[in-house]
Amino acid sequence: MTDSALETAANTEAKRKAKRSGILYSQKFAPYYFVFPFLVSFAVFFAYPVLSAINMSFQEVLPGQVKYIGLDNYKDLWNATFLKAILNSTKYTIYTIVILIPVPLVLAVFLHSKRMIAKNFFRSTLFIPALTSVVVAGTVFRLAFGELEGSLMNSFVMWLGFEKQRWLGNGALAMSTLVILAAWRWIGINLLYFMAGLQNIPKELYESAEIDGASTWNKFSRITIPLLRPITIYVFTISIYGGYSMFTESYMLWNGNRSPNDIGLTIVGYLYRNGLEQNNLGLGSAVGFALLLITFVITIGQLKLFGMFRKEE
Amino acid sequence: MKKQLLVILSLLIMLTALLTACSSNNGNAGNSGDGSGKTTNLEFWTFNELHEKFYQDMTKRWNEANPDRQIKLTANVYPYDDMHNKLLVALQSGKGAPDIADIELNKFPNFLKGEPQLLSLNDVIEPELNNLVKSRLDIYAKDGQYYGIDFHVGAAVIYYNKEILDKAGVNPDDIKTWADFESAGQKVLDQTGVPMTSLETSDLWSLWPQVAQAPGNDDFQTADGQLNITSPIVVNALNYQQGLLEKGIAIPVPGGNHHSEEYYGLMNGGGVASVWMPMWYMGRFTDYMPDLKGKMVIKPMPAWKADEPRSAGMGGTGTAVTKTSKNPEIAKEFLAFAKLSKEGNIEIWNQLGFDPLRSDVWDAPELKEPNKFTDYFGTDIFSVLTEVKEEIEGVNINEKTPTISDMFRTSVIVRILLDKENTEKVLKEAAEQLK
Repeated sequence: MTDSALETAANTEAKRKAKRSGILYSQKFAPYYFVFPFLVSFAVFFAYPVLSAINMSFQEVLPGQVKYIGLDNYKDLWNATFLKAILNSTKYTIYTIVILIPVPLVLAVFLHSKRMIAKNFFRSTLFIPALTSVVVAGTVFRLAFGELEGSLMNSFVMWLGFEKQRWLGNGALAMSTLVILAAWRWIGINLLYFMAGLQNIPKELYESAEIDGASTWNKFSRITIPLLRPITIYVFTISIYGGYSMFTESYMLWNGNRSPNDIGLTIVGYLYRNGLEQNNLGLGSAVGFALLLITFVITIGQLKLFGMFRKEE
Repeated sequence: MKKQLLVILSLLIMLTALLTACSSNNGNAGNSGDGSGKTTNLEFWTFNELHEKFYQDMTKRWNEANPDRQIKLTANVYPYDDMHNKLLVALQSGKGAPDIADIELNKFPNFLKGEPQLLSLNDVIEPELNNLVKSRLDIYAKDGQYYGIDFHVGAAVIYYNKEILDKAGVNPDDIKTWADFESAGQKVLDQTGVPMTSLETSDLWSLWPQVAQAPGNDDFQTADGQLNITSPIVVNALNYQQGLLEKGIAIPVPGGNHHSEEYYGLMNGGGVASVWMPMWYMGRFTDYMPDLKGKMVIKPMPAWKADEPRSAGMGGTGTAVTKTSKNPEIAKEFLAFAKLSKEGNIEIWNQLGFDPLRSDVWDAPELKEPNKFTDYFGTDIFSVLTEVKEEIEGVNINEKTPTISDMFRTSVIVRILLDKENTEKVLKEAAEQLK
């Protein structure tokens, strides 16, 4: 190679380098590098499965024989069992929200108060249930809520002077068992959110309220609750999806996906039954898509209601 | 310069990490083909630890008998639902399935939908067909091809707690029909205050044997695959059970089925006098109800009418070879060795306590040797089986079975036995919904 040739080679190399570093350090592209890993994992583990599930919901999926069947899967969805599953999931979501927002909020205020004793002890005991696996908790609850006289709950109600109950055999009792299990497990988590929210409320507000002679109730209702609004809306939103997608609790409580008269059947339980237990992945996908639509509509409606889409004033 | 290098390097590392995470892991690459004298790797999935132990033992025996065709069995035991779901998805996608897998009877029809992704086992089954209980092969068949081999016949029998029956002055040998059973149950209840039996409300082991034992080839479906749940054989069995519950002779099983901890405790403590379950339920007694050792006797089930069949083949696990297996021939041969050979069938009894598929080993001397089951139930277990040999009714299994079973487990039985609704009305509604 001649000198001049070497020179031009070095030149183009340098130019290329400059170009490369230009792309690497360009302000325009830099943000995309940082979100790139997220985008890839989002595409592979979320977008792709969702899209192929939507596609599958229009198919009859059998090994070696996949064919499009139009809206047949959605027509099959229109049956009493699926409606019951929707009803169960809706009830469960409403009850858990009714319990899991006010109770942790009040507990968080207590734990945040200076006058509270043994704060750390209560903080950890309330949080421990969140660390147990649902499978273990479900099994323990199934035994505690057993129908024999010797089960924990039956000995308790009999001590109170009531008849023994078939906790998991009767619609209302079964739903309350599910809600109790959810409350036991999730209070700690929601408590954590509210505690974090409380820490962000400036102390000065309370001090000036005290100077103005505000009562404890006034401080709570006029300062704490309004300022916790963003946290409350967040907890509300995740609770809606959490409620509608509940499955493991019901699965473990009845030791399989079979509760008497489907009193514990949830939407995801119905998806599991059709998609996997009966090998009808097409119908299962249709159930999944319906679940997505339901939660989407409710969440958007709820966020609109709370004014989350309005511009900050 | 250094900065730039660092950026490129970290980008590269990230990319490779992502790519390796994305590229599919093709699994058991460690097999060395069918070449003689080499060890073949076979992957096996099951949901039952005891099955795994049995297959490992059979592998040892195979390797002793075939020094030039050694195999190595890599077994994975998963929970029941997990294993079937995983297998279903693996076969659907054509990737990641094992060579051999245990598939439980209730789930088996799922694997026969569409084009079965399992290999036909006719070439190993047909030579032995005359020695096998054929009705137990038909439940794993589609279009004349057999896709699974069972462990056992699963003959339904009845287990009596002799201690309680003696207290009430009832001789189990006098109970010939279900009517006898009811009057004996009344006596037991009056004398001891203990209910005669318990009935499942969330599973089918109490109902299905009673339906299937009725003469003829029909049960929940007719022999040619028509829905049959409104027929007298189903209605009568449910009405009979409803009657037992009404009179207190039977109680609904605590926990809903005979596999719940609550039930094991109740039965073990002498809270119920009898239970009808298939032969394979023996293992639950020896493992979960140790206090009843020496107190239980096994008898043929009562018949609906004298001289009608007294048993039915219930439950089962078909072991299958998958289409994606890299060594299908040796996998099939090993499966046949483990489950169809005389040696294998004797071991099925010795190790698992199942009534084996080959009827020609039932009177073999090896089956009279003491093991943990004879210690528990006495030595004449197989005389019960040989007694009812000709009366073991088959069941009809096809693609509709999972849907029908689900309907019974979640709603029909609950409404009839617990909510005391009218049997015919409930069954008619269920039939309507199943159409």
